[in-house]
Amino acid sequence: MTQTKGQAENGSVVLALDNITKRFGSLVANDDLSLSLKRGEILALLGENGAGKTTLMNVLFGHYVPEEGAIRVADDSGVLHELPKGSPSAALDAGVGMVHQHFTLAENLTGFDNIVLGTESLWQVWRSRRALRKRIDAIMHESGLTVDLDVKTAQLSVGEKQRIEILKALYRDVRVLILDEPTAVLTPQEADGLFIILRRLAASGLGVIFISHKLGEVLAVSHRIAVLRGGKKAGELTTASADKRSIADMMVGRAVPPLQRKPSQIGAAVLEFDQVSLKRGSVRQSLNEVSFVIKAGEIVGVAGVSGNGQSAIAALVSGLETVDKGSVRLYGKPMKTGDPRALVAAGVARMPEDRQHDGVVGSMSVAENIAIEDLHGKEFQTAGFINRKAMRKRASDAIKAYDIRCQGPDAQARLLSGGNIQKLILARVLERSPKLILANQPTRGLDIGAQSEVHQRILAARDRGAGVLLISEDLDELFALSDRLLVVHTGEVMDAGPAEGLDRGSVGMMMAGHTLQVAS
Amino acid sequence: MEILEILLTVNFWAAAIRIATPLIFGVLGALLCERAGVLNLGIEGIFTAGAMAGWMAVWMGCGLWTGVLVAALAGAIFGLLHAILTVVLGLSQHVSGIGITLLATSMGYFTYRTALPNVSTPPRIVPFQPLDIPVLSDIPFIGPVLFQQTALTLLAFVLVGVVAWLLYRTPLGLALRAVGDNPSSVEAQGLSVRGLRIGAVIAGSSLMALGGAFLTMSAFDAFFFGMVNGRGWICIALVVFASWQPGKALLGALLFGAFDAFQIRLQTEVGAFVPGQVFLMMPYLLSILALVLVARKADYPRSLLVPWFKGQR
Repeated sequence: MTQTKGQAENGSVVLALDNITKRFGSLVANDDLSLSLKRGEILALLGENGAGKTTLMNVLFGHYVPEEGAIRVADDSGVLHELPKGSPSAALDAGVGMVHQHFTLAENLTGFDNIVLGTESLWQVWRSRRALRKRIDAIMHESGLTVDLDVKTAQLSVGEKQRIEILKALYRDVRVLILDEPTAVLTPQEADGLFIILRRLAASGLGVIFISHKLGEVLAVSHRIAVLRGGKKAGELTTASADKRSIADMMVGRAVPPLQRKPSQIGAAVLEFDQVSLKRGSVRQSLNEVSFVIKAGEIVGVAGVSGNGQSAIAALVSGLETVDKGSVRLYGKPMKTGDPRALVAAGVARMPEDRQHDGVVGSMSVAENIAIEDLHGKEFQTAGFINRKAMRKRASDAIKAYDIRCQGPDAQARLLSGGNIQKLILARVLERSPKLILANQPTRGLDIGAQSEVHQRILAARDRGAGVLLISEDLDELFALSDRLLVVHTGEVMDAGPAEGLDRGSVGMMMAGHTLQVAS
Repeated sequence: MEILEILLTVNFWAAAIRIATPLIFGVLGALLCERAGVLNLGIEGIFTAGAMAGWMAVWMGCGLWTGVLVAALAGAIFGLLHAILTVVLGLSQHVSGIGITLLATSMGYFTYRTALPNVSTPPRIVPFQPLDIPVLSDIPFIGPVLFQQTALTLLAFVLVGVVAWLLYRTPLGLALRAVGDNPSSVEAQGLSVRGLRIGAVIAGSSLMALGGAFLTMSAFDAFFFGMVNGRGWICIALVVFASWQPGKALLGALLFGAFDAFQIRLQTEVGAFVPGQVFLMMPYLLSILALVLVARKADYPRSLLVPWFKGQR
């Protein structure tokens, strides 16, 4: 492959980061970090959300200017040269390529145009498409990254867009390829394909940095692991000598407590669906004569392949939809669907699936977002005006109690990481001692530490006597938390019975649409 | 029928192209700006400034082509101002554009009044004359329609090709299209987002000013108050109509020119029964109709109106 250039051999250092420090205001995102990468090596950069992984890579690629430290990249003969700070073009010229977590593709342009963008002199009056195309075809062939280059990238799948991003880097003859959480958007099959390609690229002499917070894939694909925590390096070890438990603890900085389940104290029904039907055009949004009950003190998990009616159930319980047929009862009384304010007042806690979009107002502060459901109550009002002092007090307490990492009550919510946004939502809804909790994909995209905290909170609420409706696509999570399982398929709900002793195979069959007689 | 016979006359088509010429300049200019992600509502004022500057230069003794250059320079200066406000400072493109329209229009009038305080009839210059190209101008019908126009009209047609070539055939054009679509893609490939946008706005504004210069140096031979008369705004609509493509932009400008030329001739036919204002309205009504039919499916440059800052999260 073309990037196998110069005399430098596999194993020689291709990139060195020396004592990098990067601050955002009072937040130290990278604190005196040092790291090195060898040719032919896949280095996994592991850490929780907000540990400073992405910041470090943005410093390396020149998007951010570090306050202190130096970046050195090897040239063709293996000699390290210091990189000018804050210049993506210098990084590109030195052979550093980056695949961002949020793709940097011009979606109205074709894959071909995105790849060659900026590689030719801007003052050329002619583009030599054919020669460029030949080169890309050769790279595609050698790396195994095949993708249609002639359609607008907007029409490509996420996995295909990522291939274009990798091709963009390879086309520039990179020595170092950085991938920022590349599997976050991929299906398991696509992720496996990516790993094969990464290994092949590394074998051909490329240095690869692979950013992730998923332990399993890091152990599967990398040669060496560097763990970041709170902006500092928490440890560095070869993958061969690593095990899941120890790196998890290294990432979180303390032992991750295993979930403690007490036997549940089942009480009266809090939510009852009785022959509820909802027709909203697509199957995704529809329910067909669905009946189930959730009682106080139990967690009822809803399993199912995404798009089989979960969002319709969630929309009804959130007060965002009204039923077409059937009835919903809350605490035994008929509930008026489609009235979110009444639901909140009645003590329903809602954790929406798309927490960035539906869970917070990004441009509003943390304090405002925490108080938002209570604004019409007495707590945050004096004589009809908003009592900002009370709002900030509640926020400061919540930031401490729920360990929300942010710059304070006045920070904009959109600047928080996914895990911290979820903690903010928990702080908003759990403080009201809700009797019914809708947890829709509560830990999707969260790191281990945050996941564990969310799980503990949900279990604690259930032990306190709340009924929990847990919708998740993660079977591990469903089995770990649920007392009882429901399975949805094409808008119908099947009762799979108590989670304990239930076997995964039969749940999988039900998810695929088979009605099973569950052995009691 | 007499009304339809209008469409067959050389005179009608020659007029349509003459009317379309300033629109072609303007729409190309607006297209360049918007392709890079910057809406330039300063266009109406930049037309006026270009009309004024070009005419004034010639009136003061410069050659016609020097006048054209002066007009382009005036446009570039207002373009630079718009670029500083919207690209560097990231201010609202709508507000900045409207401000520039007010500023450039008033400055044009002010300069005119200051230079000619006591004139009641606007002084005239010798404008561009219709060309007489051997062979081409003698082709029946097409000759008089296309090749007996002035040099600026031909320049407008040539520029359509140049802009189309620039956008689709050069690396610079690719970078321009990318920066209007997703600035991060350009930054990640090591190009300057600001540089590209500032350049596009300046170049586009120069083209807009040429549209104004055509009015005072080719279509007419003097500068009048209110002579731009909404042509800039029409260009803004035409860019959308054209889905930001130079070829369709030419088509749109010609269509509008044809409507306008037609309504003038229609007035002499049926003007006795229908008030003249109805005819004046017609091209604008038709362009609204065309917009409704075409623009709903238009593919906007995705980061049009969105300012970009380095390192923003």
